[in-house]
Amino acid sequence: MKFVNEYRQSENIQKIAAEIRKVTTRPWTIMEVCGGQTHAIVKNRLDQLLPQEIELVHGPGCPVCVTPLETVDRAIAIAALPEVIFCSFGDMLRVPGSERSLLDVKADGGDIRIVYSPLQAVKIAEDNPAKQIVFFAVGFETTASANAMAATQAKNKSLQNFSLLVSQFLVTPAIASICSDEDTRVQGFLAAGHVCSITGYENYLPLADKYRVPIVVTGFEPLDILEGLLMCLRQLEQGSYKVENQYLRAVERAGNRQAQMLLDNVFKVSAQQWRGLGEIPASGLGLREEFSVFDAAQKFALPKIKTQEQHHCISGDIMLGHKKPADCPHFGTDCRPERPLGAPMVSSEGACSAYYRYSQQEKAREYSMPTPNDK
Amino acid sequence: MNIQCPLPTTNKDSIRLGHGSGGEMTQQLLKNFIQPLFKNTWIDQAHDSATLPWKSDQLVFTTDSFVITPLFFPGGDIGKLAVYGTVNDLAMGGAEPKFLSCSLILEEGLPLSTLKRVLESMATAAEETGIKLVTGDTKVVERGKGDGIYINTSGVGTLLSNHPIDPSYIRPGDRILLSGDIGRHGIAVMASREGLEFESALTSDCAPLNWAVKALLQGGVEIHCLRDLTRGGLTTALVELAETSGRAFELDEEQIPVCESVQGACEMLGLDPLYVANEGRFVAVIPEEYAGQAIAILGEDPVGESCAIIGQVSDNPSCQVILKNGLGCDRLLQRLPGEQLPRIC
Repeated sequence: MKFVNEYRQSENIQKIAAEIRKVTTRPWTIMEVCGGQTHAIVKNRLDQLLPQEIELVHGPGCPVCVTPLETVDRAIAIAALPEVIFCSFGDMLRVPGSERSLLDVKADGGDIRIVYSPLQAVKIAEDNPAKQIVFFAVGFETTASANAMAATQAKNKSLQNFSLLVSQFLVTPAIASICSDEDTRVQGFLAAGHVCSITGYENYLPLADKYRVPIVVTGFEPLDILEGLLMCLRQLEQGSYKVENQYLRAVERAGNRQAQMLLDNVFKVSAQQWRGLGEIPASGLGLREEFSVFDAAQKFALPKIKTQEQHHCISGDIMLGHKKPADCPHFGTDCRPERPLGAPMVSSEGACSAYYRYSQQEKAREYSMPTPNDK
Repeated sequence: MNIQCPLPTTNKDSIRLGHGSGGEMTQQLLKNFIQPLFKNTWIDQAHDSATLPWKSDQLVFTTDSFVITPLFFPGGDIGKLAVYGTVNDLAMGGAEPKFLSCSLILEEGLPLSTLKRVLESMATAAEETGIKLVTGDTKVVERGKGDGIYINTSGVGTLLSNHPIDPSYIRPGDRILLSGDIGRHGIAVMASREGLEFESALTSDCAPLNWAVKALLQGGVEIHCLRDLTRGGLTTALVELAETSGRAFELDEEQIPVCESVQGACEMLGLDPLYVANEGRFVAVIPEEYAGQAIAILGEDPVGESCAIIGQVSDNPSCQVILKNGLGCDRLLQRLPGEQLPRIC
């Protein structure tokens, strides 16, 4: 597959990995911000290629993990309404709400459909005029531009039966929040390449400067990630803190102007709750006044949603890099991928789910090691 | 006064509740639709059960139910699946498929033309695999209580190998042979269900596996175990085998054939081909010394053109399936908690 295989080619990857081992002289903690990067690291087991000195921290860039419980409960309440066709990306369906998940609503007869693009939901709205179509608009700037396009199309088509349940996050304020945390252990960042393809990376310049932390805009293929790590490590070892762009083939300094204009036309910046992290000022997007008719939260007057967070979930500390999943007493015991207590155990991008698989494998290794008596 | 006859009319072109009543309409359905397609000594007797000739002392028996939306998809349909599915399960037990039963659960309102297409497809598939459909049943459920057609088939066959083929025969050092590239069925059905379009049209891999298995056994290949890949894909099949046999498997990712279209679709949709469904692929666990011979025989068969040795059985007592990727890194393969759901980003 062109544009993919070149970035998975073993020889080049091994070369970069060897270079990483060569330049690393001290322990470093680096956060890969995006869940897609976490997924690639775990799927390809890139961690096995890195020297022990490097610790990777999985950042808050997993929409499944950071969507607030209140929003998940609201989605579940709306999806259960008989007049609603609820459309969502696949992996949001398994996220546990206070009492149940969207998959449970589906099993109980709710019309919930997995879509691959919000524009598919617009089409469903056109085809089903007697139904209310709600799209669960979850994600970062990348999905936000597609969602903005869906809202714009719905407006142009004067669709009365389409709305968005918005849970949009902005990446830069989250990174700023992690940097400003006095206890943070994160010393360098791999910024999310796809988000930067929309936003560009000029907004990282003041952050890198202020917190003296290197930020490398990084792609999602194995070669991208190792290259991003190498660039970040070189900076750390030299004591520099610039913003660099590894993902040259997709990201320009100023980003995608057209997408930015579309976003700005539909959404306005607002305060946003992050599951596990709490409220971060100016870190989310809400629909502008002109698009408020497409706001599902306003359209469906629901009784006040009472949320019940699983108190024992330490996802916030994990996403900030303070704690490791194994520090949680529920990890791997009563919190497992098939029955998650907290969001990071749900998606394969979630830190806990990633660590769970890893730990299972380690167990197997120990099992196969000869015991001292086996000579 | 306008009096309407309460009896169901028989000349409609779709399934009515009356077709499942056991009365005249049922008889007409059987006579006009089903029996002409499956003519053989046993079904022609139209008795409650079929009395079958049997010589072998080992009988292999299996059953499977088929529910799929859409009923017709690129490369196949529910009728084909219903025959191949049971035939393939028999083949995985090392058996030659002999006789098949078929239960149809039809939804009121199903167009008779649709039923005809499905039945014709079943008849062709039965012919192709050499299995005889000898007994069956038809029920009709009210509109809205079914999904067009549900089919259950059960089948019996005679054992071809000199010992039963099952996971208990898997031994450390055995090689794992995969019959062809993976994921075509799952992606083809998903594309057809969701209206996704890809540059090159992808068709389901749905195919009968009995001839390939027969060729391997008659070619003298010793087979320790067979398993067809269905829902849950290659990973789920191998995890099950590892657990049942108490052995661990080591796979080489680079040897696992995945065609470009499936790879591309999976990249776009955030799916892992190792978990995507197949309907015409199997793994064979065979002693190392038979690996070359098995590849040569299977490569000659239409279902085995892209067959490959993808790994081996190890003596690690963990019962786990480890995938070694091109980077030399190990990844533990596990069952998915539920259905594979496409990722957001």
